[in-house]
Amino acid sequence: MSMQSIPATTTEPAGPDRGAKKRFLHDAAEHVRDTGHRAFVRKALGGYYASRDTQKSRYRDWEQARDAASLAKWSAVNRLDELLPRFVANFEANGGVVHWARDADEARTIVLRLLREAKARAVIKSKCMTSEEIHLNAAMEHDGYGVVESDLGEFIQQLRGEPPYHFVFPCMHVRRDEISELFGKHLGTPPTDSPEELTMIARRHMRRLYVDADVGITGANFLVAETGQISITENEGNARLTAALPRVHIAISGIEKVVERLDDLSVLLPMLATAGAGQPMTCYNTLYAGPRRDGETDGPEAMHLVLLDNQRSAILADPEQRDSLHCIRCGACLNVCPIFKNVGGFTYGTTYQGPIGSVITPHLRGLADWNHLSGASSLCGACTDACPVRIDIHHHLLHNRRNAARTAPNRWERLGHRAFVAVASRPWVFAAGGAMVRRTLGLLTWLRPPLLRDWLATRDLPRAPARSFRDQWSRR
Amino acid sequence: MTTAPAPRRDGSARETILARLREALRTPAPLPHLKSHAPAPAGPGRFPSLTVLPEQAARPWLPDGGTTPEERLSILVENLGKLRALVYQVPDLAAAADLVGTLARERDWKQVAWHDHPLVGPLRGGIPCGTYEVRPNAFDKSALEACDAGITACEALVAQTGSILVSSATCGGRALSILPHVHVVIATCDQIVSTLGDALHLCQARAGGRMPSMLSFITGPSRTGDIERILVLGAHGPKELIVILMP
Repeated sequence: MSMQSIPATTTEPAGPDRGAKKRFLHDAAEHVRDTGHRAFVRKALGGYYASRDTQKSRYRDWEQARDAASLAKWSAVNRLDELLPRFVANFEANGGVVHWARDADEARTIVLRLLREAKARAVIKSKCMTSEEIHLNAAMEHDGYGVVESDLGEFIQQLRGEPPYHFVFPCMHVRRDEISELFGKHLGTPPTDSPEELTMIARRHMRRLYVDADVGITGANFLVAETGQISITENEGNARLTAALPRVHIAISGIEKVVERLDDLSVLLPMLATAGAGQPMTCYNTLYAGPRRDGETDGPEAMHLVLLDNQRSAILADPEQRDSLHCIRCGACLNVCPIFKNVGGFTYGTTYQGPIGSVITPHLRGLADWNHLSGASSLCGACTDACPVRIDIHHHLLHNRRNAARTAPNRWERLGHRAFVAVASRPWVFAAGGAMVRRTLGLLTWLRPPLLRDWLATRDLPRAPARSFRDQWSRR
Repeated sequence: MTTAPAPRRDGSARETILARLREALRTPAPLPHLKSHAPAPAGPGRFPSLTVLPEQAARPWLPDGGTTPEERLSILVENLGKLRALVYQVPDLAAAADLVGTLARERDWKQVAWHDHPLVGPLRGGIPCGTYEVRPNAFDKSALEACDAGITACEALVAQTGSILVSSATCGGRALSILPHVHVVIATCDQIVSTLGDALHLCQARAGGRMPSMLSFITGPSRTGDIERILVLGAHGPKELIVILMP
């Protein structure tokens, strides 16, 4: 499972990436052959299916809950121009400071400036996918800050020098013996095969770091316009500690995370937990409204929020795919996706893996280089069925294919379609062609012409029948 | 420490992003494909919203939180058990103080943190070891880190999900309920609400427009599944969550 290339986290993600498709095909082929790894990932997900179904059955009507969740996100995303300024005004009234970032570069610059102004040395982070999206860790380390990921999965990935494998379960591909070896190497701890003991090693290692850090960086799951609060969902308590102990709290969020009312969370929080991890509620769901208040015992002196656009407004401008901004990043679509389970998380080469990642990455990083992800689907629709906010994921993959064909038509594909129309609309040509193919099918398998070679590499052609269907029909 | 907002160097970014949003939303998007047979809830204006019809306000499709106090209590206790929290029901504060003393001896606590609150203060009598009080303007994070347990009050308990709602205003700030290895919550049964929505409405009513800087729903002891998706309790937050309920 270590042979495939890993997307570099330290290089600039911006700009065209012509090699993306080639790397995808190479890594996918490599990964699919690694049956041990595939079995490991399937087993890890087995427990998820069971607990998700148990929790779903506690809803008196899951489908109606999905309707409500999708309406809450729909009505917020479609009023983002009104709700985002309302959120910002309320958040600032609570004492928070908002920073706007048009793209990844601007967001990094803002965070680095805030670290300088806070005279920070040590930074502790809780899980934040937008920070992965803007490659923040590399920028902070380049400027000499000590940065520690506190989420257990992210911490393991940081020590391994890898990006997350899955945007909710970052190290689900790593075996416990590998983690034991990793901790032994970096923390000098004795080997163990107990997940509990491994977790306690990380717990003990991290406690002083929370106390000593100057700045805590978190993400945000929801921005509540009505009250100016940000909502953070987590299981381990590391985000709570990150936002409690350091002097300064910086949160980074995409602009699409706004919901209108606090009450919307009474639907979205349990659904995020059930769809994402098969839990009734994630262990800690915390709402922050600015820094420590007068009269409160503890908490940071300052709270900053970086609002990141980075092409989200471009997705908003496409009414057909606007609902992909409803995504609450639960990861349910990855967990059910036959492609994800077979090619693995790294093969995508993206910050957001799986079906939703295949939909939004072409928007974030360019359709020309990333359209191959639209083909990384069996169009089975399992992702769409799993989505708690009813994003039409698998149809959006088709929309991306169509848009790619429109903007950069493939000459051979076009020629092929024209030829097919010419043949199929003339019965006698169709019959003659059919007869020819029936006779030469065996020859094709044997000859493997270049055009068919890739296709034949993973498929067997059927034996050609002696007579065509039309022939058999007319003689019935 | 500089806490004053930095000069607005991003004014143009704000304007650019808001202009992009306005431009993008000039074309309306179709409504999502809804599957339930109930009529789409309609809000004021052209947007349907979650201000649901009166008969839906209780959201009869979410997990049940009970309608009577007895139902709420039994659902809460069942959910807390599933989450592997420990629940004790005691008759009064004196019994609660005894219980805390027993817990402290059983677990060999050396130092217990607490905050000033009518339900928490009286428990100190039972604690057989050192105590540390978190107070405004005298907070010492290293002292709190050295504590074995933290005792807090709560804003509400949610039957529907087995959650405990704490706030930075009334439950000893931010760190007390997350940094010590054990979190002990002391509450009365009339603090139990049915649903998450009820708890949020309660907070809004109490806050009167100005929310405490932190509100947190705690649902069971801290946990992780990051290693092979195997559940381990006590990742970074408390390994044990102990709820003491009084009538």
